[in-house]
Amino acid sequence: MNNNKLNVKTAKRLFGYIAGQNKIQFALVLICIFLSTMANVAGSLFLQILIDNYIEPLLLEAAPVFDGLVRAILTMAFIYAAGVVSTFFYNWLMAGISQGVQKRIRDKMFAHMQTLPVRYFDTHTFGDVMSHYTNDIDTLRQMVSQSFPQLLSSCMTIVMVFCAMLYTSIYLTLFILMTITCLILVSKKVAGKSASFFIRQQKSLGDVNGYIEEMVSGQKVIKVFCHEDEAKEEFDKKNDELCRNASSANTFANILAPITMNLGNLQYVLLAVFGGLLAVNGIGGLTLGAIASFLQLSRSFTMPINQMSMQINAIIMALAGAERIFRLIDEEPESDDGYVTLVRIRVKESAPEEYRRVREAGTGGGDELPEQIPAEFVEETVERSGIWAWKHPHETGEVTYTRLTGDVRFFDVDFGYEENKIVLHNVSLYAKPGQKIAFVGATGAGKTTITNLINRFYDIDDGKIRYDNININKIRKTDLRRSLGIVLQDTNLFTGTVMENIRYGRLDASDEEVRRAAKLANADGFIERLPDGYDTMITGNGANLSQGQRQLLSIARAAVADPPVMILDEATSSIDTRTESIVQRGMDSLMKGRTVFVIAHRLSTVKNSNAILVLEHGRVIERGSHEQLIEERGKYYQLYTGAFELE
Amino acid sequence: MIKRLAKCIRQYKKDSILAPTFIVGEGALEVVIPLLMARLIDNGIDKGSISSILQIGGLLVICCVASLTFGALAGRHAARASAGFARNLRHDMYYKVQEYSFANIDKFSTASIVTRLTTDVTNVQNAFQMMIRMAVRSPILLVFALFMAFGISPKLTMIYVCIIPFLGAGLFVIVKYAHPLFERTFRTYDKLNTVVQENLHGIRVVKSFVREEHEQEKFGEVSCSIYKDFTKAERIVAFNMPLMQISVYTCMLLLSWMGARMIVGSRGMAGGMTTGQLMSLISYAMQILMSLMMLSNFFVMMIISKASAERIVEILDEESDLQNPNPALTEMENGAVSFRGVSFSYTKDPAKLCLKDINLEIRSGETVGIIGGTGSAKSSLVQLIPRLYDATIGSVEVGGRDVREYDIETLRNEVAMVLQKNVLFSGTIKENLRWGNPEASDEEVIHACRLAQADDFIREFPDGYDTYIEQGGSNVSGGQRQRLCIARALLKKPKILILDDSTSAVDTKTDALIRKAFREEIPDTTKFIIAQRISSVEDADKIIVMDGGTVHGFGTHEELIEKDNIYREVYESQVKGGSGDE
Repeated sequence: MNNNKLNVKTAKRLFGYIAGQNKIQFALVLICIFLSTMANVAGSLFLQILIDNYIEPLLLEAAPVFDGLVRAILTMAFIYAAGVVSTFFYNWLMAGISQGVQKRIRDKMFAHMQTLPVRYFDTHTFGDVMSHYTNDIDTLRQMVSQSFPQLLSSCMTIVMVFCAMLYTSIYLTLFILMTITCLILVSKKVAGKSASFFIRQQKSLGDVNGYIEEMVSGQKVIKVFCHEDEAKEEFDKKNDELCRNASSANTFANILAPITMNLGNLQYVLLAVFGGLLAVNGIGGLTLGAIASFLQLSRSFTMPINQMSMQINAIIMALAGAERIFRLIDEEPESDDGYVTLVRIRVKESAPEEYRRVREAGTGGGDELPEQIPAEFVEETVERSGIWAWKHPHETGEVTYTRLTGDVRFFDVDFGYEENKIVLHNVSLYAKPGQKIAFVGATGAGKTTITNLINRFYDIDDGKIRYDNININKIRKTDLRRSLGIVLQDTNLFTGTVMENIRYGRLDASDEEVRRAAKLANADGFIERLPDGYDTMITGNGANLSQGQRQLLSIARAAVADPPVMILDEATSSIDTRTESIVQRGMDSLMKGRTVFVIAHRLSTVKNSNAILVLEHGRVIERGSHEQLIEERGKYYQLYTGAFELE
Repeated sequence: MIKRLAKCIRQYKKDSILAPTFIVGEGALEVVIPLLMARLIDNGIDKGSISSILQIGGLLVICCVASLTFGALAGRHAARASAGFARNLRHDMYYKVQEYSFANIDKFSTASIVTRLTTDVTNVQNAFQMMIRMAVRSPILLVFALFMAFGISPKLTMIYVCIIPFLGAGLFVIVKYAHPLFERTFRTYDKLNTVVQENLHGIRVVKSFVREEHEQEKFGEVSCSIYKDFTKAERIVAFNMPLMQISVYTCMLLLSWMGARMIVGSRGMAGGMTTGQLMSLISYAMQILMSLMMLSNFFVMMIISKASAERIVEILDEESDLQNPNPALTEMENGAVSFRGVSFSYTKDPAKLCLKDINLEIRSGETVGIIGGTGSAKSSLVQLIPRLYDATIGSVEVGGRDVREYDIETLRNEVAMVLQKNVLFSGTIKENLRWGNPEASDEEVIHACRLAQADDFIREFPDGYDTYIEQGGSNVSGGQRQRLCIARALLKKPKILILDDSTSAVDTKTDALIRKAFREEIPDTTKFIIAQRISSVEDADKIIVMDGGTVHGFGTHEELIEKDNIYREVYESQVKGGSGDE
């Protein structure tokens, strides 16, 4: 029941998409379908007229005159022509409408997906989300372009034919209503049975596909262990199960057509007998001609019903798909109440000396520079002035400009991915502009979590995070993230050239800037050795590159973005130590003047940090420089000397 | 191609033949039924004869029941045949993939194999079902209906004969213009999927660089080109229905006009045309043209599934490039390994060698460390030992015999390898470990885990050895996964054990314990250890330093420190960075 209600809601919403966008076009489609249906129904009525009004009387005449017949046929030809033209028009219009609906839904879905919080992607598998764009949209296409107009025209046909039937004979109409009800009940039963098997088939198809995915992905391991036979055995079991379910599901689907068709035929016979009896016994004032035409009408009546029953499966599947799509579109987007924005500024010539000094210093810079610049000395600009500032409108209407320097502080931060499951307890830390802060600890200690809070992938439960002395909740998310560069352990590259991939960090970077960034990350060497150098196409997340090379590219990508704060989450884990020590040099120059957060497995990577924070079970248990921590002989010392296991 | 696919029908041959056979019956009845219906009107209703109504009605009921039976049987067999055909296809492909060598798998790529086994099979299954139902039904209906119509009036049948080529040509033109557009949109769809997929995987990158709009633009571009092409294609297809209607309506009008004249003209004469016959002719017109329409749909479907069928056949026809020798050695004497003038290329192209002229002698029971930079072909070197790939030039010998002389299963059971890309499968820890040896007792499993230093953490899990591993081993950490994979390999009790960077996520201390356990517990096994860390290899009997596909240095730690500049550099970079990098 609940399910039905949901379907109705989804259907309504989908209808809104179909009809809503271009109302005139849709109205035209309705009119054209109406005309086309009319022509079709007129065709089946015409036969009777032809026989009753023309052929029969002509048969009685000694010298038949065909003038009337010619006129009738010409009239009919005219109606048909109108029908054909309308048919063409609505099909033509519908092609545009159905593709438009698809495009709008697709675009909306993708656009909305971009606004969803990272949490959404944690809780939904990629395969599931992907299938919205493939399977669900595809069934939708079939429904909108085929089932929908068919449904409309079937409904119209039914109404028109029903009127004609009522006009011909009320008794027979009642009779036909009864038989039609039976027909509908039977096909509903079969369709229901078929649907339940289809669901089972879908489930075991998912099962088999999942198994194939897992096994083929691990195919090399299977080979190394000569485990082929076992892998085959399990596969056969699942495959046979799928075969059984698919066989049943399709059997019912295939049977539906002969059943409805022949029930329609049976109804025809019953009607003939019943009508014949009525006519012969003179009940209801039926003429024989009327019965004959009624029989024709009854065929025109059952035909669209059959067609509708064929479409039911497609429609149910499409509605289920549409519902899944709408669920994605209705998903709550990432909230953003930030009003502090990041702007490029220029300090006016008229400003006092202390503010003008900012101009030379650029981003970052020393402590002696003023943090805030009064609004009267500031000029916002779109050019690359080299100075970024947080534009902070206050309630009083006053606007202040705070220089972007990269000062990050945590005050007693608590956080949990799920409610009641706190993973970070009471974390406080500070990173002054230009400092390198490292996080060390076992997997699950909360290192990555901390960095995810700085860029607000997740929001903290308690405490405060301040960025350049502004509460990060007040900063607009896009601006906050623009000021942070991030290199993740799982590198993600996009299909496109090497150049485009690096430029992803800053879209307006020139080729020269891209090359410079690549040189900085020490990626230049291997890029030049690629077949097409910087124009080499990267496909399949860089399948043609080694993991180490991918990491170098993503470092270059962050370098070109040139942000004041960088987060390196195991950014060099797959680069061999010899290469790393070279990269490290590049990284050091990259990190110069920036606030950097580093997460690394290799302690050699973090040794030269200004502060190292050792995390355990979401708490900071030690902090200090390398020397201080060695001195302390705590956990860090144990890790460093290899006396303790890190995971 | 069709022949190759037809081979997969096998035990469903009966169903595949029965289905169309029943459809012939159903089709025949479908033609007879309108004829009887016309009779019912002519002889029953028009003449007001209840007895004829009952008689013909009875006959009709029998026909309906028969048609229903045929239809149902056809449906059942068609469903069974197509489901079975798909089952066999999947079965054959999957079995074939199991035979593949590493080179074969690389050639197709995992993702492509999976698509072929899933989406493509479904496409072909649908096409097959349509084929055994429609491919017979439509021509049968066409022929029957034409035949019957001819029986009624050869002259009027000429109308159909004129209209059919017109409709056929029209449909052909539509398909011809629409098909390339459809093909193009399907290819664009692939692009769209790539954009979505990359966006999903890289959502954190997208968000941190605030590239949402950029991504939307990228998506919008592809989406728009799909919209344009698809609309164009569908607008061409929009000619289908009106074309059909023109044909039907023209038939009807011509039939009405000529039929009426014939009826009136032949009135009273025996064998003259009746109104009932005229109506039958009109139903046949519908049937004939409908079946033509079906046929054209069928061809479109065939063309669409052709690409899928080709991709399936590619999998089936791919020959594994590793053949089991005959006769094959099933015993391995010892774990000695030697490389004799080995060069290797993944593409078998001597110009693109990734290993060049390797000569090495390793005695049974030795521990060999292998070290080298990213891309120095360390993995390629060891993959030749269990014959995951064959050497392009030269030979690899194990236990004094060329690896190509061994039975592959024997060879791989004796040479255990822990791959760089470790994979655990969904199932309990114990089940995963028993991949190494299905008959291993619990004690043996635990012993192997002790050696791999995995026993402790396994016991800490609530379910111990029965802990369920999620797909891909996502619920254990990287270091734990590596140790489980080592334990799994140890259970084979191999003569040669290869660890391809398999302790990178394990801390130095545990790493040392694992090596100690190897030394003490399996001294006779030859061990190859590829590592990034000098500490993992420095106590090995021999160390190979790889550089750019060649052996740059070969000797003990002390010798290499002395002679090999790369080794010395790596050593210094790591010692300077702290004694351990963990």
